[in-house]
Amino acid sequence: MIELRNVSKTFTLHNQNSAVIKVINDVSLSVGRGECVALTGSSGAGKSTLMRMIYGNYLTQSGQILIDGIDLVQAEPRDVIALRRETLGYVSQFLRVVPRVPTLDVVAEPLRAVGASASDAQARAKELLAQLNIPQRLWSLSPTTFSGGEQQRVNIARGFAHPYPAMLLDEPTASLDAANREVVLSLIEEAKACGAAIIGIFHDEAARARACDREIDVGKFTPGLSSSSGAAGQSKETAA
Amino acid sequence: MSEYNFAYLDEQTKRMIRRAILKGLAIPGYQVPFASREMPMPYGWGTGGVQVSAAVMTPDDRFKVIDQGADDTTNAVSIRTFFERTAGVATTTTTSDATVIQTRHRIPEEPLSEGQILVYQVPIPEPLRFLEPRESETRKMHSLEEYGLMHVKLYEDISRHGHIATSYDYPVKVEGRYVMDPSPIPKFDNPKLGNVAAIQLFGAGREQRIYALPPYTQVVSLDFEDHPFEASKPDHPCVMCGAENSYLDEVITDDTGGRMFVCSDTDFCEARQAAGHIGTMNGKDAA
Amino acid sequence: MTPLLSVQGITKLYGHHIGCKDVGFDLYPGEVMGIVGESGSGKSTLLNCMAGHLTPDAGAVVFDTRTDGPRDTVTMSEPERRMLLRTDWAFVHQHARDGLRMGVSAGGNVGERLMAVGERHYGDIRAKATDWLGRVEIDATRVDDRPATFSGGMQQRLQIARNLVTGPRLVFMDEPTGGLDVSVQARLLDLLRGLVRDMGLSAIIVTHDLAVVRLLADRLMVMKDGHVVEAGLTDQVLDDPQHAYSQLLVSSVLQV
Repeated sequence: MIELRNVSKTFTLHNQNSAVIKVINDVSLSVGRGECVALTGSSGAGKSTLMRMIYGNYLTQSGQILIDGIDLVQAEPRDVIALRRETLGYVSQFLRVVPRVPTLDVVAEPLRAVGASASDAQARAKELLAQLNIPQRLWSLSPTTFSGGEQQRVNIARGFAHPYPAMLLDEPTASLDAANREVVLSLIEEAKACGAAIIGIFHDEAARARACDREIDVGKFTPGLSSSSGAAGQSKETAA
Repeated sequence: MSEYNFAYLDEQTKRMIRRAILKGLAIPGYQVPFASREMPMPYGWGTGGVQVSAAVMTPDDRFKVIDQGADDTTNAVSIRTFFERTAGVATTTTTSDATVIQTRHRIPEEPLSEGQILVYQVPIPEPLRFLEPRESETRKMHSLEEYGLMHVKLYEDISRHGHIATSYDYPVKVEGRYVMDPSPIPKFDNPKLGNVAAIQLFGAGREQRIYALPPYTQVVSLDFEDHPFEASKPDHPCVMCGAENSYLDEVITDDTGGRMFVCSDTDFCEARQAAGHIGTMNGKDAA
Repeated sequence: MTPLLSVQGITKLYGHHIGCKDVGFDLYPGEVMGIVGESGSGKSTLLNCMAGHLTPDAGAVVFDTRTDGPRDTVTMSEPERRMLLRTDWAFVHQHARDGLRMGVSAGGNVGERLMAVGERHYGDIRAKATDWLGRVEIDATRVDDRPATFSGGMQQRLQIARNLVTGPRLVFMDEPTGGLDVSVQARLLDLLRGLVRDMGLSAIIVTHDLAVVRLLADRLMVMKDGHVVEAGLTDQVLDDPQHAYSQLLVSSVLQV
């Protein structure tokens, strides 16, 4: 479902003496349906960068990123847009929404985008918000004023509203209490059971162990970063 | 009269105006620019109409002038005298006898016949001016038949008054093509613009435009399906001649609300009275 | 799939000065394209060339018309182009008073495009105008008020209603949220997003506000000195800009 072939990326900072920074070098990996893979590695190893590349948010210089057979690196913008609407979901660490839009509409929007009726989309949104313990009195308010934890749960509800066949989760359980972490993990398990291919970043080892089938150490693809924790990751990948 | 060239204007000017008139007749409703001359009367007193009358007049014509339907108002009298002195033509107040009729604000009640020419005095020839002040833009709108704006004016009327309150200067569409300002005639007269035996010419002196309706031209007043055009008039008979279907002037008779309605077309009213039609307040009746 | 709008090699010169040079892109149904750049970068020149307000010196603006398929709007006759401008195209000006008739009621402003395409039933026109006022969150009781009595945000929403009432397929917007309070901007952005989604509109939005394009546009073009220096997915261009100028533009935004 998600397949990377020899993917590399550099940043060129034109306004800082045109410094060229190699961030990802020659990544190849594959995630199948119903599988959840964790990206691991120390801070700065490029986990989020790689994930953003898979979402098309960062430009990839070389290699192929195939989502459901479509190469994101070569695809036209409108194909990427269609892919993100229908196939590829992304739960980032930050909630980015139009101010003043009610939480319920924020969560329902991905479903509206794929053509669901307003009532169906809202029903699903309500279900998710209730599941994630967002008090009902907040639903009609804009999430921009919510606490960090609440914003993150809204973000997760939004990310899981439409059953994407491929999903990218950036720290979905960070800063959540045990009860809510449990809800998120069950959402992930549910998505896997429905056949979604998932790539996630989890700092919380217990959550990672429970949600993920295998781990990939990004550190080994990072030029100039010694791959200290690489051995474990590699062995697990080889095992899988 | 020999001090003046026939009908005041020099021959070259009259030819220039005739060319504009011919073009106007060829394109009914289209505003033809012309080089309007200074006339010995102020703008607003019919300088456009006078120039058109001068250009079409021949020594054999009988000339009639009406202002708001009346032959005896200052404006009508002075223009009639003007042509008596400068052209030496015969004048008349009888509609059917006249060959050229210059008018301000009315169409005679009596149907016109072939061979007659009706000349209108026009203050603002551009029907779109109300909403679009740019001449360059209104010309483009005419050339491209973009007339939605005209209905916006009528829409505004209905939204504000509940009905189309425009009661004079009511816009018309000519032969399904040009939207035209019929000059400030009451909308009661609008139906008399179309399918007429006479030639109708419109002259705007200050704005330097001439336009025309050749005989038997189709003229339709603009309206909405659910607010159709209505040629309204005060719902009274004329107190002098008893006419039920002529356009009436309201005359205030005292300062306690007394009023009466009389025909605005003086020739029409007098002819009816002469034929024995008597209204409720006619002196003969009271006596 | 045929692009709704195919812009090819648009060039506009002002004497020796370049307005915009050799700009081209395809816009597909339902897509929203943002064009950013600083003042004088040529983005407004480009927008006016595309929308038929300026005649480009070179290039084609091919629109997929309902009746005749793709047609170059630069070379089509003026009546045809003006017809397009009041049916399938819409143009939202930065200043609402440039796009409204200030002497005409709100209902008349919205109804004008309907009357321009031949609607002649007052009751229907008024009902549609009232419906559209509701959609842009203007109280129906204001239908007979003139826009001069409206706030800036309301005027801008009225302008949008006036433009969208005939169900256009392509909307050009020139700084649609410029000059509005931040709180009013947010409401307008939400409104525009909803309308774009529900009506399947395509839109081209010129702005210098990167936050606006991030929320509204799927795709982004960055212009400098009349040239397109970078184009791509909006979030990709903003989060991973490739060109030196794009990087400068993105890094120059003040963080709140």
